[in-house]
Amino acid sequence: MIITKPKPLERILEMTEPFKRVLIVGCGTCATEVQTGGDKQVKEMAEKLKGKVVGTVVVESPCDLRIDRRDLKGSRKLVDESDAVLALCCGAGAQTLMDYTGKIIIPGLDTLFVGKIERIGNYYERCRACADCVLFETGGICPIARCAKGLLNGPCGGQADGKCEVGEYTHDCAWVLAYNALKDQGRLDLFTQFRPPRDRSAKAQPQEIVTR
Amino acid sequence: MMTREAYSELMKAINAGRFVFTGEIEPLKTTDLDDVIRVAEAHKGYVVACNVTDNPKACAYLSSLVASYVIQKEVGMEAVYQMTVRDRNRLALFSDLLGAAALGIKNVLALSGDHTTYSDNPGAMPVFDIDTAQFVFMVRKMVDEGVDLEGNKIGGDVKLHVGIAGNPNADPLEPELLKIERKIDLGADFMQTQVVFEMEPTKRFLKEMEKFPIPVIVGIFPCKSYGVAKFFDENIPGVSVPGQFLEKLKKIDNIEDKELKKRSIDEVNVDYFTDFIKEIKKTTHASGIHIMAVGYERLVKPLVEDFSKQSLP
Repeated sequence: MIITKPKPLERILEMTEPFKRVLIVGCGTCATEVQTGGDKQVKEMAEKLKGKVVGTVVVESPCDLRIDRRDLKGSRKLVDESDAVLALCCGAGAQTLMDYTGKIIIPGLDTLFVGKIERIGNYYERCRACADCVLFETGGICPIARCAKGLLNGPCGGQADGKCEVGEYTHDCAWVLAYNALKDQGRLDLFTQFRPPRDRSAKAQPQEIVTR
Repeated sequence: MMTREAYSELMKAINAGRFVFTGEIEPLKTTDLDDVIRVAEAHKGYVVACNVTDNPKACAYLSSLVASYVIQKEVGMEAVYQMTVRDRNRLALFSDLLGAAALGIKNVLALSGDHTTYSDNPGAMPVFDIDTAQFVFMVRKMVDEGVDLEGNKIGGDVKLHVGIAGNPNADPLEPELLKIERKIDLGADFMQTQVVFEMEPTKRFLKEMEKFPIPVIVGIFPCKSYGVAKFFDENIPGVSVPGQFLEKLKKIDNIEDKELKKRSIDEVNVDYFTDFIKEIKKTTHASGIHIMAVGYERLVKPLVEDFSKQSLP
């Protein structure tokens, strides 16, 4: 899931200030799940921006251009009337909405990470989309997302009692978790094995997959 | 132990079986090199080399490479150039390693580096393009094969020894030992440990290290005041400062006469650490002691003068 959090209202008011007609678009997938851009949050935002909101729509997946076309088709008039779109979704959704609407986009949320949802309000980063998954050899623990230094050959000297010095020893050391998992699995040889420097070229430029 | 050629006085002394002492110098946020030179001079004749820290606590200070060069050139004090993988990607690390070799630096110490969240510029991006194991791997390629990570040829020799850090206080210790083993297999030349105060965990760690072909230099931190010792005891996980040493420093803390206080603190430190060093030297296979007398360089002489007569080349 893409985890997002609302921008401070003050900042949203500042960004929407120059516009008279704002369309608010929420997300029916991730932002609905984490309660930052679902039906309820979209309506609450409309209340806060009273007087300048031309309408509200929750698109099933704003990051999917096809779904934007489908879900905003009935609201085309609102889109045309608006001079800006306040997007309560992740950055990918916001940019796809701009592609579809052609309007000025105001991001209402900050995109935080790809994470696990434990319960509403408890989210944990679990993937950095590094383009080279190592979970098989780290006991199912991602050191890129969960080690504060993203080390491939940890742990560093900053672990105590299995906790990481970053965050004042409140978070687990990813490499101690990996060690424990691999030990339980009888695969400690994978822990000791040296992982050479990564080829980071895949992440050194904007990524696209264009198959046809 | 190591069969590789020794380029530095540090490695020559270790290979000759001498019990070595190394010191520590911390460049600060300044363009003034006088302090670095003064501290190096205070160590001269007592230690075989001085580590030069690389932006400790992720604070932006004067370049460790510059200070390493200056203490070698101006003072004749061999440097252990500390390099963290926190602030530079593989290109910049490689480039600085070439620079170090070109300037006659012979020892580098590979460190992850304190995380940028502790920085005096906490908004900085932590780099960690490569980790310390990969750093050792890169240095070996440079020294042994004369190439960079991609196999591109280097002009001239790279005569560097690469050291690693080890943490005797790590809990759990097993993953720490496996990590160390990984770096030793890659070809690390020497190890310096994190700060230790207590004998038993130090001995336990040194016993574990006996199975590895690497010289281990044990890190100690003389305490300039009761506050420093208390800080280590209360704030550094895994580190506990022995009660008697703490008590003695606490008593001195109340002395009003400044000169007497200073003298008393030095005495307590010399007493405690002399016994500590003697015990390490006598009962373990450690290759020496790394003294982190940061801001307390006046202690180096009284602490090691008797030992160093036998140890320096």
